Amino acid sequence: MTQTWLGIDAAVAVAGVMLLALMAYAVFAGADFGGGVWDLFASGPRRDEQRLAIAKAIGPVWEANHVWLIFIIVILFSALPEAYRALSIVLFTPFHLVLVGIVLRGAAFVFRVHADVASLHWRTWAWVFGASSTITPILLGATAGAVSSGGIRVVDGQVSVDPLQAWFGPVSLLIGFLTLAVCAYLAAVFLTMETDGALREDFRQRALVAGGATAVLAAVLLPLIALQSPLLWEHLSLPQSVPFLAGGTLLAVLSFWAVWGRRYRAGRALAVAQVVILVGGFAMAQWPYVIYPDVTFYGALAPGPSVRFLLNSLPFGFALLIPSLLFLFAVFKREERY
Amino acid sequence: MTNIDAARLQMAYSLAFHMIFAALGVGMPLLMFIAEGFWLKTKERRYLSLAKTWAKATAVLFAIGAVSGTGLAFEMGLLWPEFMGFAGSTIGPAFTLEGYAFFMEAIFLGIYLYGWERVSPVAHWLSGLVVAIAGAASSLFVVATNAWMQNPLGVELLATAPEQIDVAAVLFGNQAWPIMAIHSTLACYVATGFAVAGVYAWGALKGRMDPLRQSALGIAVAVGTIASATMPVTGHASAVDVATRQPAKLAAMEAQFQTEKGAPLRIGGIPNVETEEVSFAIEIPYALSILAFSDPMAEVAGLDQFPRDQWPNVPLTHYAFQVMVGAGSAALVVAVWYWIRRVRGYQAVLRDRYLLWALLLTSPLGFVALQAGWIVTEIGRQPWIIYGVMRTADAVTPAKGIVTAMLGFVALYTFLGVVLVFLLQRIRHPEPEEVMRV
Repeated sequence: MTQTWLGIDAAVAVAGVMLLALMAYAVFAGADFGGGVWDLFASGPRRDEQRLAIAKAIGPVWEANHVWLIFIIVILFSALPEAYRALSIVLFTPFHLVLVGIVLRGAAFVFRVHADVASLHWRTWAWVFGASSTITPILLGATAGAVSSGGIRVVDGQVSVDPLQAWFGPVSLLIGFLTLAVCAYLAAVFLTMETDGALREDFRQRALVAGGATAVLAAVLLPLIALQSPLLWEHLSLPQSVPFLAGGTLLAVLSFWAVWGRRYRAGRALAVAQVVILVGGFAMAQWPYVIYPDVTFYGALAPGPSVRFLLNSLPFGFALLIPSLLFLFAVFKREERY
Repeated sequence: MTNIDAARLQMAYSLAFHMIFAALGVGMPLLMFIAEGFWLKTKERRYLSLAKTWAKATAVLFAIGAVSGTGLAFEMGLLWPEFMGFAGSTIGPAFTLEGYAFFMEAIFLGIYLYGWERVSPVAHWLSGLVVAIAGAASSLFVVATNAWMQNPLGVELLATAPEQIDVAAVLFGNQAWPIMAIHSTLACYVATGFAVAGVYAWGALKGRMDPLRQSALGIAVAVGTIASATMPVTGHASAVDVATRQPAKLAAMEAQFQTEKGAPLRIGGIPNVETEEVSFAIEIPYALSILAFSDPMAEVAGLDQFPRDQWPNVPLTHYAFQVMVGAGSAALVVAVWYWIRRVRGYQAVLRDRYLLWALLLTSPLGFVALQAGWIVTEIGRQPWIIYGVMRTADAVTPAKGIVTAMLGFVALYTFLGVVLVFLLQRIRHPEPEEVMRV
């Protein structure tokens, strides 16, 4: 019997909420990770200015941005405990590495915050911050690739993995690098809106580099998926996901074109739309599976009460959170007043 | 080393590490809120300067708490997948509410830490209030999950007819929850208050005792005192609850090997699990029966009521309990000492170098008590992960590489802890003449 919530299929509701949280995480944390990438690759005559602009942009918001990941994890174990269990077992190593990245990145960011940008202390922790910001999205992308490729089997509670489709396989790793390139692109585009003059040109140039890298990686990845990961290919070419992937690609091209023409506001809006739509496409390819082919949202959905509690709490929770988040972003997009 | 030992070590180390920063994340916002409130009321710039310097430290501490907390959300599944697969949906609601509270805390902390010049003074102060409330709420909610592991209401239904569980009732209608939640949340203020007080006592001993630091010391000790004065009350209620709900834990806490009527309270002592005797303990006759059941002749269940394979680690539970009570009581005594001097003014406090040394030595005791209390709670629950239902050994992951993961996390957190101490001691208040320009 299908569970329902306010007349909606509860599995769809849970998946929808997770998707929204994943989109928020991809946009906000993606830009944060990308900021770290550009910190690591800060170069040229305005190297320190680039780093300061990045630190200023993400300082007040990075912690809130990363709460979306905690949200996704909490929804996963509240509503789909069996899936959380299986993923925890099979992704033991990459998740631990992701954690090391998240912990080091947050620690490094605050460790250097009161130091002088030219000091050895700042540069050491800036390097840790940049390196962990670079590695973590690769690992997150690679685990997403592994989950979608059909290499993880869950039969009678026993979890096993096909090494060819594992998180460290070529397709998964390439998905990881694609994720990184998109994060770097997002961050550079966001930073064009936070800077001006020569510094803005620096970030425009970086956005174009990252955009180009995204295109090259996608061009290499698609045939590789077709060859090496036929199940994933089959899902990506489903009628439910193709429009999203095509739309996301089109938005990517438009966003690149806007940044090229220095129409930064449009570039930023299109970049956000691009990421949201592409994540949507990934989700459509994945639906209704949490872990293809053995665990579906329907099969893994926890019994009614917990799912209802979660869904019922959302309107109240977000009635508090959305205005607070808007306030946070508004406060830091306006000039100092006091 | 076996998987289960490695997993327990990693969990214990991660939790103990996180707990320090989580406690400061609950306590520091209250201190900042009070200091900034004095600034708004009196317009004396030292209070503003104080709140700003505390905010600098809090920015670092909160971030470490946030990332180590993210770590725990993953580690619960990475280390204990069978537990989370079975019980994740039941404890999930508490984490959902904790998630909202933590989100609010992170948002308003961002405004608080970086928004001094961007929002009005009152809005800034109120942001601090939201941080303080959300921090306490996070703590109260998250303890509901632990209370459920101690007293798993509705667990029979979870195994047979999970669609009938009232998740809100089993988490928040759980009678084990309120007292645990209040006791452990107040412990965060005790830990923060005395830790901060110790910093200023150290400064005073080295000759730094300007009005700003006097106010800092005063606020910190006040918070520590008020919170720790309530601890015996909530602690006692907590022990009474354990006595009825988890008699094996109480027996381990008190090293009560034999069931007896008119049981004494054992202070200190070395429990010997082989001979089932306690050496060198100071025994207060009938006191345990009185404390646990309000009756001098009440029967207290000993460990002899439980098969050996259901005993927790008796010496560790007993020692941790003694350490918790001892550390908490010592802090309260020093606090009383402080106020006896303080009623005659700050100069009387600053002249009493023994008191300043005592405050310095008390500095870590709130954290010692907090950690020891959680050791009692968690070690005392063993061998169960869900009391009486699922053994910890049956919950552990089959994945390979736990020992490596454990060693890596111990090394990582130790390293971060050392760097952090180094960085925190570099944060200084501006000199008094600079305060005027803040």
